[in-house]
Amino acid sequence: MIDKMLLSGNEALARGAYEAGVTIGCGYPGTPSTEILENLVNYQGVYTQWSPNEKVALEVAAGACWAGARSVVTMKHVGLNVAADPLMTLSYLGVKGGLAVIVCDDPGMHSSQNEQDTRHYARLGKIPLLEPSDSQEAKDFVRFAMDISERFCTPVIIRSTTRISHSRSLVSLGERAEQGQKPFFVKDPKRFVPVPVYARQMKVRVDKRLEELASFASIHASNKVLRMGAGLGIITSGIAYQYARETFPDASILKLGMSYPFPDKLILDFSETVESLLIVEELDAFLEEHCLALGLKVEGIKHRPKQGELDLDRLEGMKMSFCTSHNIVCESKGSRDIDMKQESAAALPPRPPVLCPGCPHRGIFYELRKFKPVIIGDIGCYSLAVFPPLEAMDTILCMGSGVSSTLGLEKSGTEQKVVGVVGDSTFFHSGMTGLLDIVYNKGTATILVLDNRTTAMTGHQEHPGTGRTLMGEETVCANIEEIARALGVRHVKTIDPYKLSEVRETLKEALDLDEPSVVISRRPCLLLKKTERGRPFSVANGLCEGCGACLKLGCPGLEMEKGKEKGFKVRINQMLCVGCGLCAQICPKDAFVRD
Amino acid sequence: MSKITNCMLVGVGGQGILLASSMISNAAMACGMDIKNNEVHGMAQRGGSVAAQIRFGEEVYSPLVKKGKADFLIALEVIEALRYADFLSPQGKALVSTQRIIPTTVSAGPFEYPDDPEELVRRRFSDPVLCPCMDIAAGLGEPRASNIVMTGLLSRYLPFPEQIWIDLLKKQIKPEYLAVNIEAFVAGRHFHEPVLE
Repeated sequence: MIDKMLLSGNEALARGAYEAGVTIGCGYPGTPSTEILENLVNYQGVYTQWSPNEKVALEVAAGACWAGARSVVTMKHVGLNVAADPLMTLSYLGVKGGLAVIVCDDPGMHSSQNEQDTRHYARLGKIPLLEPSDSQEAKDFVRFAMDISERFCTPVIIRSTTRISHSRSLVSLGERAEQGQKPFFVKDPKRFVPVPVYARQMKVRVDKRLEELASFASIHASNKVLRMGAGLGIITSGIAYQYARETFPDASILKLGMSYPFPDKLILDFSETVESLLIVEELDAFLEEHCLALGLKVEGIKHRPKQGELDLDRLEGMKMSFCTSHNIVCESKGSRDIDMKQESAAALPPRPPVLCPGCPHRGIFYELRKFKPVIIGDIGCYSLAVFPPLEAMDTILCMGSGVSSTLGLEKSGTEQKVVGVVGDSTFFHSGMTGLLDIVYNKGTATILVLDNRTTAMTGHQEHPGTGRTLMGEETVCANIEEIARALGVRHVKTIDPYKLSEVRETLKEALDLDEPSVVISRRPCLLLKKTERGRPFSVANGLCEGCGACLKLGCPGLEMEKGKEKGFKVRINQMLCVGCGLCAQICPKDAFVRD
Repeated sequence: MSKITNCMLVGVGGQGILLASSMISNAAMACGMDIKNNEVHGMAQRGGSVAAQIRFGEEVYSPLVKKGKADFLIALEVIEALRYADFLSPQGKALVSTQRIIPTTVSAGPFEYPDDPEELVRRRFSDPVLCPCMDIAAGLGEPRASNIVMTGLLSRYLPFPEQIWIDLLKKQIKPEYLAVNIEAFVAGRHFHEPVLE
């Protein structure tokens, strides 16, 4: 097959897993990683699943790889924190079938709460690291990962970033390499049971393996030198390579595909051939600090911002800074030449992401904020409730903390009412243990589970509460009410978030209790294809007096332009309205009518 | 480096930017070019301001367009054209839908939507094309096809044969919506601004 296809990095990673003979794919959704498994599920001969969280996903894959199956585990960068426990020790135990942990970082935090740099985990776990720089490499590197994993008996991390995962480029497809042997687990406690006496031997093997991998990296096909002049040399990896190629057309480039363990010999040989060295990498100075430790005279992070993602404009700035400090005359092809006329952009109204029209979360927050509790939020669409006009989110830490952190706030001795807010998928991910802690340690917080029947923010993935698997099979549907009761919560109520009076009364009752309570708000996400939409509302002629009460909902379907000549009248955008009816329940003039 | 064509496609999450981006990219691919594009997923999609970038030519490295280097700024919402204005090259072309979507920061916040955004567009860009994509699509009975009207309008300026675009629509649009989307594309492709007095 020599077909070329235009694939996103995530589609290419899935294709790569298929071609590499991977038979198991597990993960938990998280932008920008989600589409890998969503594509892998479409290939024949691969078992795929969403796990409740990343730790479970990696443990499932570990089990598979010990029997000899090739597997991939997918997650976003913060997901690796959850899966770090099994990963660190899996490095000791090693694998039989190849195992790649595909982790997608989000420099610039397009859809994340931090921009941690996954490359540090490779060093922490003494695990080899591959960094593709486009979709073709994303596909090819899964094959490399499987070969390295099996040859060196180690898990491998493939690190993607938002601009790899969500950019499309052309990919040559190949055939699938079926793995012949039938999986079978061979008992070998000295290898698979890290009780201290065996673990100490494992550690010796890990350190020896790392040395062998470093030599191997210096000759690996994914590490290449692009020889241009003998003046400036650039060492780079991942998407940063593409920006470097375009910004420094005359520089020699050492492009690292297998960037950890550091290919020291290759780096030192390259440094001999150029006069000065610039490290072009995104996020932390991972390569740079190692090059400095090698005794090389390199520069990098001081010429670029420490925060956010790299792009052509930022790299142009890096080039100018580097050239200026080295008294090199370099011609700017940058945007500086252009009259930016920034003032027109500065005066524009901002347009942040918002809860969708008809979002079942909206009514909950509208009512909840009236009680003025401390609201501990969690990761999901509902984090958007932090913005005006709802402003009903006081803190967010990580998946599950919307449950557990309520207990600490309460135990701090404050007399404030505390409410935790989690989504359905988040509850299964890591909310359940926190709830058990609240019951066990006698907390009294109210936990709101916003059950919209899907993992919404990441684009609607199945989870244990949807009754369906990633592969489309019907399965047991986990029941949040029953789980809450089984964990020991006595006060469990379920409400329809479109009925504001019911929401208000249920919240009041729960908040007044001197024991833990769980309120489940159940209504499917409007963006799910099977969700029925109501007929849109419109404003009855002349009835709106522009009081603005409905605008406190923050619904994008309600539009009001201010200014005397515009009359301060609300109108409903018929393209957006899905007829949820919240505005009609609020309007003091009954101005909203269903068409 | 040979000439790369840079397109910056902007609008509001939910307006169908991904489909338009995919059409442009696939048209370039069908004509044998190297392509890179970039899309927005996740939280950034939820009704916020979004941008997709498409680059094609002989060999493309970066998937992102540099400021001041876009040959086309294609905006599905009128003030979004202004928000990303500094990406357009001085020689570039701005294609702007006149559709207005009022952000909640205006309806429920302290900000104001410009009184005459079209006039701002005319002042900011040299010789922009302002097209009522939404009205055209609504007139055809499918207001959601305004992204395809805009794709049709852009197609006038790109060196790809009309049939390639039509074939892509056939591949990407569900049969029950195909006819109206082809009409929308053709309407965009043959759109001419009314001459201003």
